[in-house]
Amino acid sequence: MSVRMAELMMGVCTLLISLGLMWSVTSNDLTVGWIEGRGPGAGMWPFWLSVGMALASIWTLVRWMRGITAESRNNDPYIDPETVFIVGITVAAIFFLLVLTSVIGLYFSMMLFLLFYIKFIGKHKWPVTMTVVIAMPVAIYMLFEVALNKYLPRGWPFFENIFLHIDDFRYAIFS
Amino acid sequence: MDSILSLLAAGLLQSFEPLNLAMIFLGCFAGLFIGAMPGLGSVNGVAILLPVTFLVPPTAAIIFLAALYYGAMYGGAVSSITLGIPGASTAVATVFDGRPMAQSGRADQALMAAAIASFIGGTISVILFTGFAPPLAAFALKFGPQEEFALMLLAFATFIGLGGDDIPKTIFSILIGLVMAAVGFDIISGQPRLIFFDMVEFQRGIPFLVLAIGIYGIGEMIWTLEHTKGAIQMHKVDFGWKKIKENLGRIKSYLPVSVMGSMLGFFVGTLPAAGATPASLMSYGLAKSFSKDGDSFGKGNVAGVAAPEAANNAASTGSMLPMLTLGIPGSPTTAILLGGMIIWGLRPGPLLFAESPDFVWGLIGSMYVANFVTVLLNIALIPVFIRVLAMPFSILAPIIFILCVVGVFATTDRMFDTWLMLLLGCIGYLMRKLNYPVAPAVLAIVLGPLTERAMRQSLIGSQGDPMTFLERPISLTCILIAVALVSYPLVSNMMRKRKAASA
Repeated sequence: MSVRMAELMMGVCTLLISLGLMWSVTSNDLTVGWIEGRGPGAGMWPFWLSVGMALASIWTLVRWMRGITAESRNNDPYIDPETVFIVGITVAAIFFLLVLTSVIGLYFSMMLFLLFYIKFIGKHKWPVTMTVVIAMPVAIYMLFEVALNKYLPRGWPFFENIFLHIDDFRYAIFS
Repeated sequence: MDSILSLLAAGLLQSFEPLNLAMIFLGCFAGLFIGAMPGLGSVNGVAILLPVTFLVPPTAAIIFLAALYYGAMYGGAVSSITLGIPGASTAVATVFDGRPMAQSGRADQALMAAAIASFIGGTISVILFTGFAPPLAAFALKFGPQEEFALMLLAFATFIGLGGDDIPKTIFSILIGLVMAAVGFDIISGQPRLIFFDMVEFQRGIPFLVLAIGIYGIGEMIWTLEHTKGAIQMHKVDFGWKKIKENLGRIKSYLPVSVMGSMLGFFVGTLPAAGATPASLMSYGLAKSFSKDGDSFGKGNVAGVAAPEAANNAASTGSMLPMLTLGIPGSPTTAILLGGMIIWGLRPGPLLFAESPDFVWGLIGSMYVANFVTVLLNIALIPVFIRVLAMPFSILAPIIFILCVVGVFATTDRMFDTWLMLLLGCIGYLMRKLNYPVAPAVLAIVLGPLTERAMRQSLIGSQGDPMTFLERPISLTCILIAVALVSYPLVSNMMRKRKAASA
């Protein structure tokens, strides 16, 4: 897809989103005008902002049609194949990081994520990879759970139990 | 004046408290590192590390983040000079002469000039800040909701008029940021609004950090991955105490441009849409125009490194002026700082000076200290940073991604928000590729609730009469300036077309 086509599609998408927002406000029976004795309705602010968004999108589309924007005259690929690979694989890796977080917990999923990214994408040596794979979760655990008392997702009960042992170990050391 | 000096002295004493001093060192160190890494700047650092600051009291937290902001401005020059890749957009102008200097074996001179000029910029701007902030805050105490709303309009108008980006795309970016801020329960009636797909998670709204980390963490790293593809070539730098001493003797050659850049940077930094990047570019342009040796700029003139570096540091301090006194951020970084202050339970704006003087003057005092600390750390750690910069992007990027996920979850306690962060980061990246500016959206999501509240309070107070915004002189002035700013690019564009047609 060319940059020119991408700008058209983005303009259409932003217009549809704006219309969707306007529909969302009105379909939820939010008042977009003045309520006597109470002031502006709850829907006034988001509705008129959405109208502005729609107008800005139409303005962009008109400029696209008239070839005013630099993007509307650019027929280069929007994302080149090399970028598709690196960006695609990065986004997919983060996607699986989040999916696995709900299953095996954030610590184990971040270890898998780091292993995949550093060893298989970065092609680094095992010592470097393992140093980061182990040091990062330990640092996060120490900062967030020990210092901040902020508990991060630990996944299904089996994986959560593993961390309960780690917590016991920590309390035994620090108490 | 006496009261300012005594408050400043109290602030300085406060910044020397062990925790605050530790935060200054830590912030400067983190900032130097973050600023030096290609693809990361102060805004990314502040967005990603904001959740970590909940560990300490608000004053220590803002001192840490302000020191980080400072440090990042210093650090940006390191990668601009040694790698030829600006650590952040604020250090773009430093590449113009810093890179040729490194190529000709004068990297040490460029690095020292950048550090010293940054120190000059930081010092001059913090003195100006101390002088301007109290009277501006006192003046702003007269503001009611009408003036607040008009000021917000002015902030958004500055992005449209002075941002230099595509106007309809900038407007769209501002409006979508405001709409995102409106998601959740209505601030006055309590009615649920914009609950997309009836997902209950939207009832709590979209926290600004989700958008900020999505755009400046995920989106920025993807953007950098696309543009560098890991291919970074570093120049060798010979840097030791002997070289430092030699270079200290050369300050005279770039002192005037550093002072000029500092003044310019401070005032440009106070404008909401401008900030450190245009300030550094303008300073570079002025230094070149006024130089007797203008032709040598771009080929390795040390003044071409000093001028933008002084300006970007001064602008970072300048951008805090409207944030603290008026509650309007002067840059995307200060927009996130402002959001942080709201999370800490503070209300940025003129009342902050009266209600939380310890916080304000502690921060101002810390700026003086942070400036000294950063220049010392910068010079001492340059050899270390140069080694760290050799860290491959394929190690740095996954670490940043993990910090983004952890940072968002730790702030909101919801996995839903981490998914939203990924989605917004990807959308932000795709839009940025089409020249949609993303900074206005972040500014708008922070200012959104304040803007809506000010507008609705004004309208309720005036029984729905919109003329209330035009009847008060300060509000009217702000609105007229806002209209002029929005009209300026449109009118100048039309005049240019007419001229071209008549020629």
